[in-house]
Amino acid sequence: MNSTAHNFKSNARVALGDQQLQSALGNLKGGLVANRTKARAALPEFEALRDVAKDIKNHTIANLDLYLEIYEQNARAAGAVVHFAETAADARDIILKICRDANAKIVTKGKSMVSEEIGLNAHLEAAGGIEVVETDLGEYLVQIRKETPSHIIAPAIHLTQGQVEADFRRLHTHLPKDRVLVEPAQLVNEARGILRQKFMTADVGITGANFLIAETGSSIIVTNEGNGDLTQSLAKTHVVITSIEKLVPTLEDLSTILRLLARSATGQECSTYMTLSTGGRRVNDHDGPPNYHVVILDNGRTDLIGTEFQDVLRCIRCGACMNHCPVYGAIGGHAYGWVYPGPIGSVLTPALIGVKEAGNLPNASTFCGKCADVCPMKIPLPDLMRHWREAEFDLGDLPRGYRTGLAGWAFFARRPRLYHLAAKVGIPLLSLFGRRGRFSSLPFAGGWTRYRDLPAPQGRTFQQLWAERQAGVTR
Amino acid sequence: MSTRDHDNKAARAQMFAKLQRALKDGPAQSARRTHVEGRVADPPNHPLPERVRRSRNELRMQFKAFLEGQSASVLEVAGAGDVPAAIANWLRGHNLPLTVRMGDDAALAELPWSREPALLRENGPAKESDTTGLSHAFAGIAETGTLALTSGPDNPVTLNFVPENHVIVLADADLVGPYEEVWTRLRQRFGKGQMPRTVNFISGPSRTADIGGKLVTGAHGPRRLCVVLVSEPMT
Ligand code: SF4
Repeated sequence: MNSTAHNFKSNARVALGDQQLQSALGNLKGGLVANRTKARAALPEFEALRDVAKDIKNHTIANLDLYLEIYEQNARAAGAVVHFAETAADARDIILKICRDANAKIVTKGKSMVSEEIGLNAHLEAAGGIEVVETDLGEYLVQIRKETPSHIIAPAIHLTQGQVEADFRRLHTHLPKDRVLVEPAQLVNEARGILRQKFMTADVGITGANFLIAETGSSIIVTNEGNGDLTQSLAKTHVVITSIEKLVPTLEDLSTILRLLARSATGQECSTYMTLSTGGRRVNDHDGPPNYHVVILDNGRTDLIGTEFQDVLRCIRCGACMNHCPVYGAIGGHAYGWVYPGPIGSVLTPALIGVKEAGNLPNASTFCGKCADVCPMKIPLPDLMRHWREAEFDLGDLPRGYRTGLAGWAFFARRPRLYHLAAKVGIPLLSLFGRRGRFSSLPFAGGWTRYRDLPAPQGRTFQQLWAERQAGVTR
Repeated sequence: MSTRDHDNKAARAQMFAKLQRALKDGPAQSARRTHVEGRVADPPNHPLPERVRRSRNELRMQFKAFLEGQSASVLEVAGAGDVPAAIANWLRGHNLPLTVRMGDDAALAELPWSREPALLRENGPAKESDTTGLSHAFAGIAETGTLALTSGPDNPVTLNFVPENHVIVLADADLVGPYEEVWTRLRQRFGKGQMPRTVNFISGPSRTADIGGKLVTGAHGPRRLCVVLVSEPMT
């Protein structure tokens, strides 16, 4: 997928002014966030399980070479064809070849963020002349608008019901013009009817995988709609596109991490469907795909092992960090400019496409720490963002004003006497100018005051208050 | 646009070499191998939630409550002999055709179908026109109110997803507490490390919240799910 992460600031500005987006984002708090809180409360062991899950994943990554080997052996023994893709381009080529060998005209797809990462749809369409149909409802909505997902588990969270209705009327022109599309259920039904035909005629079904299990050589998908299962069981060929860090050692490890996934993601006890797939159709089976391929993508992940960013490989893509992020909640996912938005995106995107392109993202944080609090895998997201900020600074690519500002602050911060003096003079001045205690615009701080007021300092400096307090204590 | 031919062997070698380089600061691979292989051969147990250790009766109630909370129906019957009538009545109650599609499952085949002559059975994987699929669960999981189904000629996987209605028969003896008991049973039935093509965990009718964040049941899979829980052992 092409990146616009370098445009983050202007992307964010546009997002803040987008009324439809703002109204759609308003659903986050009452929905996913509230549901997670409830689900977490209903499982008293939740916190303890986070530590266990973290250990499982750390152990897996520290032995990824061995687990990958065991997985491959078991998957092959069960009839899977296992492909290794170092880069996005490799993965695209592998999948295109599988589709060509299958003489594919129609390909159905379950939800897969890795497929977004490698820009799969565009490649199959352009290079293979193949019709690619996203079947997860949210992905379908995004596809027909020629957009990209704005959230890793709720791809169309940026859309309102009204926008969906308008799109359906614009595109599903074979249906009666006067049909009623008032209820979400009516819209869901319409999509169901259209996608049914695609499931029935697809030659290849592509899904992602939430995990690969070394012990059994299985892949697993976790869904609610059942589209992933129709995708993978009706076509003659099932292709799994996934990435190297999705491995877990055993079924026990899997069930432990699954206890965290749905609860953190949608706040469900578990997702409606969890499907373990091992190999292709068996000799006596009446259905299921005769061909089963697994494409394992690296695309820069191995490079993170042994660095301060290794922790990010524990991510199970639950989306909790973005659901709880004040920045994501204000601007949505598209502003981040690449596949993975929110805090996880701010850490992963610079790692996968470079800090030069995505250096703005780690700055898209208030450092409130909520993301790390809710991350089921205990990934220290704010710390990792801070590492990227340092890396960005070292690159020397920061804008002039930014550097001058930091240098100015550093000058005073290293000279306490001067700092006090400047604060003593500056603060009362500022409070004099701030009307009714707030600034609605301020030189050098337009980025802040354009969207909100800056509270004006109220009289005395922190240092003065502290000194008074200390004096009070000793008195 | 043309594509390059991908050399899988070379890519595989590259990826493993890269992984080993990345892990070089840790213990040597040979030193790690014994532990890793042992861990896969004899998977360690992790802590289980307290809710899976309750009495049989509480587990049953929990199982039922979770499923009903997800808008599934749960019918409790005393014996295998009551299953055909329970299914027929449920279909009638929803104004559905009295026809089910099922696989070669022996326990389902042996049910006394003659007691419900109006109820038709068709054999084989699902067809687009089927209204109701009938399956026999491998296990039920009280922890989350979930059915575990294994695919094969006895219970074809398409029955779980293509028809608008899905009826699943579960013997009470196959109702377990946690997922971990399903792993144990799978290893016993299919052999350690061996799996059927798919193991499907199902916890309700299909659903989506992709339109305006509002929950709608009946997305792409079944709109209705009915679980028939049979107290006495089946076969
Ligand atoms: S970083 Fe943590 S919270 Fe965010 S998606 Fe990954 S696992 Fe979930």
